[in-house]
Amino acid sequence: MVASSLKLQELIQEIREAKTQAQEREVIQKECAHIRASFRDGDPLHSHRQLAKLLYAHMLGYPAHFGQMECLKLIASPRFTDKRVGYLGAMLLLDERQDAHLLITNSIKNDLSQGIEAVQGLALCTLSAMGSAEMCRDLAPEVEKLLLQPSAYVRKKAVLTAVHMIRKVPELSDIFLPPCAQLLHERHHGVLLGTVTLITELCERSPAALKHFRKVVPQLVHTLRTLVVTGCSTEHSVSGVSDPFLQVQILRLLRILGRNHEESSETMNDLLAQVATNTDASRNAGSAVLFETVLTIMDIRSAAGLRVLAVNILGRFLLNSDRNIRYVALTSLLKLVQSDHSAVQRHRPTVVECLQEPDASLSRRALELSLALVNSSNVRTMTQELQGFLESCPPDLRADCASGILLAAERFAPTKRWHIDTILRVLTTAGTYVRDDAVANLIQLIGGAQELHAYSVRRLYSALAEDISQQPLVQVAAWCIGEYGDLLLEGTCEETEPLQVEEDMVLTLLERVLQSHMSLPATRGYALTALMKLSTRLHGDNNRICQVMSIYGSCQDVELQQRAVEYNALFRKYDHLRAAVLEKMPLVERGGPQVNEEAKESKEVAQLSEAAPVPTETQVRGPEDPWGKSMVQLPCPALTLLSSLQASKLLDLLDLLDGPSENAQHPPPLDPTPGDTLIHLLDLPCAPLPSAPIPNLKVYEREGLQLTLSFVRPPGTPTLLLITVTATNTSGGDVTHFICQVAVPKSFQLQLQAPSGDTVPAQGGLPMTQLLRILNPNKAPLRLKLRLTYDHFGQSVQEIFEVNNLPVETWQ
Amino acid sequence: LSKYYEHVEINKRRLLETEVIKSCLSRSNEQCSFIDYKDFKLIYQQYAAVFIVVGVNDTENEMAIYKFIHNFVEVLDDSFSRVSELDIMFNLDKVHIILDEMSLSGCIVETNWARILVPLQILDKILDS
Repeated sequence: MVASSLKLQELIQEIREAKTQAQEREVIQKECAHIRASFRDGDPLHSHRQLAKLLYAHMLGYPAHFGQMECLKLIASPRFTDKRVGYLGAMLLLDERQDAHLLITNSIKNDLSQGIEAVQGLALCTLSAMGSAEMCRDLAPEVEKLLLQPSAYVRKKAVLTAVHMIRKVPELSDIFLPPCAQLLHERHHGVLLGTVTLITELCERSPAALKHFRKVVPQLVHTLRTLVVTGCSTEHSVSGVSDPFLQVQILRLLRILGRNHEESSETMNDLLAQVATNTDASRNAGSAVLFETVLTIMDIRSAAGLRVLAVNILGRFLLNSDRNIRYVALTSLLKLVQSDHSAVQRHRPTVVECLQEPDASLSRRALELSLALVNSSNVRTMTQELQGFLESCPPDLRADCASGILLAAERFAPTKRWHIDTILRVLTTAGTYVRDDAVANLIQLIGGAQELHAYSVRRLYSALAEDISQQPLVQVAAWCIGEYGDLLLEGTCEETEPLQVEEDMVLTLLERVLQSHMSLPATRGYALTALMKLSTRLHGDNNRICQVMSIYGSCQDVELQQRAVEYNALFRKYDHLRAAVLEKMPLVERGGPQVNEEAKESKEVAQLSEAAPVPTETQVRGPEDPWGKSMVQLPCPALTLLSSLQASKLLDLLDLLDGPSENAQHPPPLDPTPGDTLIHLLDLPCAPLPSAPIPNLKVYEREGLQLTLSFVRPPGTPTLLLITVTATNTSGGDVTHFICQVAVPKSFQLQLQAPSGDTVPAQGGLPMTQLLRILNPNKAPLRLKLRLTYDHFGQSVQEIFEVNNLPVETWQ
Repeated sequence: LSKYYEHVEINKRRLLETEVIKSCLSRSNEQCSFIDYKDFKLIYQQYAAVFIVVGVNDTENEMAIYKFIHNFVEVLDDSFSRVSELDIMFNLDKVHIILDEMSLSGCIVETNWARILVPLQILDKILDS
């Protein structure tokens, strides 16, 4: 078998001529077979050529592991060409995982001690590229000897091999520490560079070394100064800057040495200023040095003037036409903005310009930086520009931009109206990208700003009329229209142009939202509730709304169906409560009442153990004072409903229903959104009462306002007493803000349910009713203390009185 | 042609290389030369049909590496007189030597053209003899 021994060039030629992947594979496989054969046969003259070909094949991606032993053989051979290829092969093919690599150790050791520079260089190179921990330990003393060799070529390689060794085996750093100081006095740049790297590595690894090397700071300073000041030695200059690589490396070392250390930082201050001013920034090399200088200034304890200088340099970078420099500047400014905020502020306009970059990573950094630079004085202009950016930016940045704008608006909004405007604008441009809680935040914001209700509802209405696809916008708009529909229809508002809105248009719009394919189920829920609320706000008849409700009573979506059925129930059975249930929400304080409701309702759940058809509000048991502490407060209807809503989540009302209900099998998953003042009206109170009727008792009368108590003892529960308080008004003036508080003696338990309203209209209008439930386990005589507060005829009245003459049947 | 200064398993190398090459090729002219890739930074430069990519960790100065790439190409230019990708392919081993001379175990050793090319010339002399 004659193995044709191709030269490497010819092989490459052949491979290039192969037209297809398959052909190329063929050629290579044939050649590999030859190579394998020749390795077996041991052809010493040409083995290096074979190995070279094998390495080429390896570069192309074909398996070449069978060449490993050959590498070893070649390394051991005395000829330089063999050695070279062998070492190259070792670097490429062998790595720590292979068992064969340890075998090289011996060869390397021999080569290192030989004294031929080139060979030593090769060996060092290979050692640093793939030396494993064991190899390093074995060969450390050799390398150390080489550090002091007369030949600069070997020294520079030895130094860097030492770096590699220290990375692998940190304990060896002790060996390499002493020679460093001497090596620093080198004139040869290569060795100097290597030494500086070595010292950097040592300092990074151990604080002891750090202290040791602080002494050399003056030396380094001196070297760097000579570099900078004494023009360029042509040997090392790169486009006008003398040996930028060495400068950069020294600066990095100075950074590490000066971090958190006052003394060294002081020595460096002048030098850094000098470097910064002397270096020419128009070429890349100069920029590299300046950049490193800036980083160093930032890290050490430098003077304030120096820091400002650094920021200015970065600012100048930003104006540079080279993209890379701008990128680098933006990244560093981002790091700086926390510590040197005011200095960075000066460059704000330039940063904002960078938003327009076509490169995505640049514009992202510019965006982050701009968001960090927003403060109360520039918030208006910045938001303007950021919104312009939002409209044109690529989709992956939109979410960040939108949430950034919203956050900045929240922190620095000068007026509420501006805040609402900004959020509106963000929602219209990038609605789908905002975070989920933006909707809740906006609703809370609008709810809290009473003077802006009319304004916001108008803006939202017009926005909604144009476009119903942006879900967060639609949700907020639906909620607003529902709450403040009457303001919308009023027709005049100073802050926007007059907008004539008819009831029909509003209803049509909401219906459109309900039916649109683009609406999420949550959005539909909002729209449905809004429609319901409008039934009390609008003055027309409610047929249309009733219709919608009955249609949705059989909707597929469980949530919508539930709501629709409940609203139907409101229309049909409990019409008298509709106005109260759907009243406007009170002004919301941020983070206040919601929190309390949560805490209260968890207590509620524990107490609502009996068959309570309707969830109720808090009850307070007062141990000491029979009257005082057990006063039960009636919160406003809306908040009541909110808390009952949350309580209802925790009760499984299916078991508690005894009345018929159309929505049979479903869990009650109502989201407690702040805009949803829905009570779980599955079956309003009043269990049937067949027992002997107890006479009513009139307990209070003043100026036409009468308070009557009527009692019911349900047959099944002997300790339970239901009292209905009815307030009627026969006078000429309305009674408003009516609040009734009740207290009972210690052994009793009292539950107050929501009143039907807080206004008792004049001339015998709709009476106000309220239900009390009293548990009397001890069958003690019942007494009540009532406290009334209300406004009548323009005066506020407060009354406290006791009711002792309750009929015996109520408590026996 | 690739050189690793940290231990990376051989089969992972190919995967890494393909991914890196893909991300570099997909960048247009408009974008800057630095890419963030996993937890490294990639700095690349395109010269006609040749891409040179250097991967560094976070602490390195990107601009310095950028200059290094440029320096490397200049040295290649010098030794091959107007280098093209064919030259690199046919003289793989020489390119390796140059690279070894310039950077060792991940750090820059020598940036002076004259000094780098000296060993190469010695080598050529030995080969010819």
